[in-house]
Amino acid sequence: MGRLKVLALAGVAGLVLAATGCGGGGDGGGDTLVFGSAADPTALDGALISDGESIRALYQITEGLTRLEPGGSKVIPSLAVDWTTSDDGLAWTFNLREDVTFHDGEPFNADAVCFNFERWFNFPAALQGDGTTYYWQYGFGGGFKNPAEGSPGPDASLYKSCEAVDEHTVTLNLTKPSATVLATLSLPSLAIVSPKALEEFDADAGSQNADGIFQPTGTYATEHPTGTGPYKFESWTLGEQLVLVRNDDYWGDKAQTQKIIFRPIADNAARLQALQTGEIQGYDLVEPQDVQTIQGDGNLQLLERPPFNVGYVGINQAKPPMDNLLVRQAVAHALNRQEVVDSFYAGRGVVATQFMPQEIQGYADDVTTYDYDPNKSKQLLQQAGLTLPVEIEFWYPTDVSRDYMPDPKRNFEAFAADLNAAGFKVVPKSAPWRPDYVSKVNDGTAGQLFLIGWIADFADADNFIGTFFQTPSDQFGFTNQEIHDLLDKAEQEADPDARIQLYQEANRKIMDFLPGVPYVYAKAALAFDSNVQGFVPSPVGVGGESFSTVSIGDEGSDESETTETG
Amino acid sequence: MLQFVVRRLLLLVPILLGLSILLFLWIRALPGGPAASLLGERATPEAVAQVERQYGLDRPIWEQYLRYLRRLAHGDLGNSIASRRPITEEIQRRFPATIELAMFAMLFAVSVGVPLGFFAAKRYGSAMDHGSLVASLIGISIPVFFLAILLKYVFSVKLGLLPTIGRQDVLIDAEHPTGFYVLDGIITLNPEAAWDAVLHLILPAIALGSIPLAIIARITRASVLDVQNEDYVRTARAKGVSSAIVDRRHVFRNALLPVVTIIGLQTGLLLSGAILTETVFAIPGMGTWLAGAIENRDYPVLQGGILFVALVFVLVNLVVDVSYAYLDPRIRVS
Repeated sequence: MGRLKVLALAGVAGLVLAATGCGGGGDGGGDTLVFGSAADPTALDGALISDGESIRALYQITEGLTRLEPGGSKVIPSLAVDWTTSDDGLAWTFNLREDVTFHDGEPFNADAVCFNFERWFNFPAALQGDGTTYYWQYGFGGGFKNPAEGSPGPDASLYKSCEAVDEHTVTLNLTKPSATVLATLSLPSLAIVSPKALEEFDADAGSQNADGIFQPTGTYATEHPTGTGPYKFESWTLGEQLVLVRNDDYWGDKAQTQKIIFRPIADNAARLQALQTGEIQGYDLVEPQDVQTIQGDGNLQLLERPPFNVGYVGINQAKPPMDNLLVRQAVAHALNRQEVVDSFYAGRGVVATQFMPQEIQGYADDVTTYDYDPNKSKQLLQQAGLTLPVEIEFWYPTDVSRDYMPDPKRNFEAFAADLNAAGFKVVPKSAPWRPDYVSKVNDGTAGQLFLIGWIADFADADNFIGTFFQTPSDQFGFTNQEIHDLLDKAEQEADPDARIQLYQEANRKIMDFLPGVPYVYAKAALAFDSNVQGFVPSPVGVGGESFSTVSIGDEGSDESETTETG
Repeated sequence: MLQFVVRRLLLLVPILLGLSILLFLWIRALPGGPAASLLGERATPEAVAQVERQYGLDRPIWEQYLRYLRRLAHGDLGNSIASRRPITEEIQRRFPATIELAMFAMLFAVSVGVPLGFFAAKRYGSAMDHGSLVASLIGISIPVFFLAILLKYVFSVKLGLLPTIGRQDVLIDAEHPTGFYVLDGIITLNPEAAWDAVLHLILPAIALGSIPLAIIARITRASVLDVQNEDYVRTARAKGVSSAIVDRRHVFRNALLPVVTIIGLQTGLLLSGAILTETVFAIPGMGTWLAGAIENRDYPVLQGGILFVALVFVLVNLVVDVSYAYLDPRIRVS
């Protein structure tokens, strides 16, 4: 057996020698950025997806008529340079940018715009599922010309038709006035892509199989996504890498980095370690527990996204005594929101004053606020003629972690203790997030109070308070015509400044009426190598973050001494 | 022998059929369905009902099962709800990754475990023997994912010797005709790619192989101790046969029988242990796929994927049983 031992030793020695040579880490140089995503995109066809990773990739490749300013939520021109509305608000005319071509060389023009809209409007039954064409249906209010059972038809649709007035002018005709169209046109799902590529690569081909799942048979979404953006699609190996390269014919500022590679890494700890070894130069969705590690590492940097969500304690006014304003005010004064935000959000929470974060236009600085004052709560309850303690059910979800609520149980325990000390008697109730906590809340069958929140789809006040309060809902259990009407009016107001005023007024009225107690806006964070510059986090997240301004500084500062770039 | 193999293969049909029924029922016994994952905060009872109607989940169970069976008979496992891709395509892509990892893990476990067990038995009662027992106890007790994270922290983050994630460096240009990356590197005459694939397998293989290693070492040791005291070994030694030849021809070969069985069983088990290792090392294999499917209640993936894993397990055990007969002439497979 002596020979075996010698062989074994030689093998180990060889291994160690080779390992210290090439390949221990250090992907990427000045020309390539490797970014750790959480999963593979579902598909690279904006109209047929709603998941974050698909949106992240598509935002680099495709563009829409409008976009959001980097780092903010204001709508600015993109493929459309300016626009006008008709007097009745039903027609929006866009002047298109000239000299723009798709990645396959085809010209971008009004016909291409109408082709895309008509494609979505004319989707066959197989593509009309909620999960398939989410943003067309709920984001844009699009319906379908030939609706299948359960799908919205042309009467429910916001979109009516599209006219190519001339090569660089297009008019969108709507069925009712809506000012949210500008924000929704910035969604990657409504990006304008090459009609030729859509047809040549059978973007709509496929069928719904016996499970009801759309089975694509074309290759547009997997091999040939074709937009106008600063990056072009190069290759996609599922589970390993999605490779984009700079579009040298881009109409705007060319991208700084030649190549972007998205690497799917599902496990959060694995993403962090890959960043530490240099195998990736950045990743998204940093967990609260890793914030300190990253901030303490001189080779890494943490970038925060302005908040795009709201966590709130919902109140169901259909369940007494919550229909009494004094009781709702008592709840608001009872909750020590500052304490919860400071304790459970790893420094990334901001105390909320209304149902939408500051970065969204329409935020009002002067809404009524409710100080933490348990004695005041007791007084209000007595004023309402109730005997203390007032018994109420308070629901929270288990087995879940959301941006606005990383640990629901801890939020619940703190708030329940606050309420118990302020004249209430909390009956705790919980249900697993999956399968039906959210359904229960939306259905009104959770108790008087419930912990929930909202992560918005697009950067418009309508997507926050419009969604919650524009119509009576089972979740909040009330009808307040003043608020409903105000939100209707704000949704349709075409003049941007007037619109902001209307939403501000709505926020004031809502916080006086107090249908719930918002308590936090949570910032998400991304982590990068410290030598990566130019990434601008957007409140809307992946739907507004371009890699074209990103550059990698001098290499070498993030790699450990024993490796070299292979 | 042929009869034996054929009979075992025929048994596969009722086994898989029975398993598919159980799977079908168990998966649906899990609370919730794919709707909750797809909808998030937008889950109203109407939206959930729409999703269920869309995926045929509101039909009676027996009707769902028959539809599933009819498609299965045509070799169609359906599509994943999450990725919309055909399940057969996903398996084709992911299975080689898991197999490659499992093979390397077994290679590590066997090449270290068998000699370890052998030498521990030869030096029975010595410090090495006791040491190996303690080491194997530690190996079995340490959770695989913990060991994986520890290995990554020491060898990748701190020492920078080995990569932490994936199967290959994204900057290397490599073709993958078979899906087994090490093999592919060799076939396409790309030594850099082959070696890079090996480097990516080292830490995961050690983490995953740690449990089989411990078990194989213990079984080998026990088996060698057993065989050492057999009459034929003592006869051989009494006849003056050299120690090395006695060890090799008589002790080692005969002690191997139980070890081979264990290797077969452990390989099957590695397919499930791979979930944690694959997740920690971001290897796109069956493990990460199935783990994600459980969380998202991706029914078609769970049905197709688990059935496939069961098929592999049964086949692996068949191979083990057949090889048993070859190793031991006394065994007749009747």
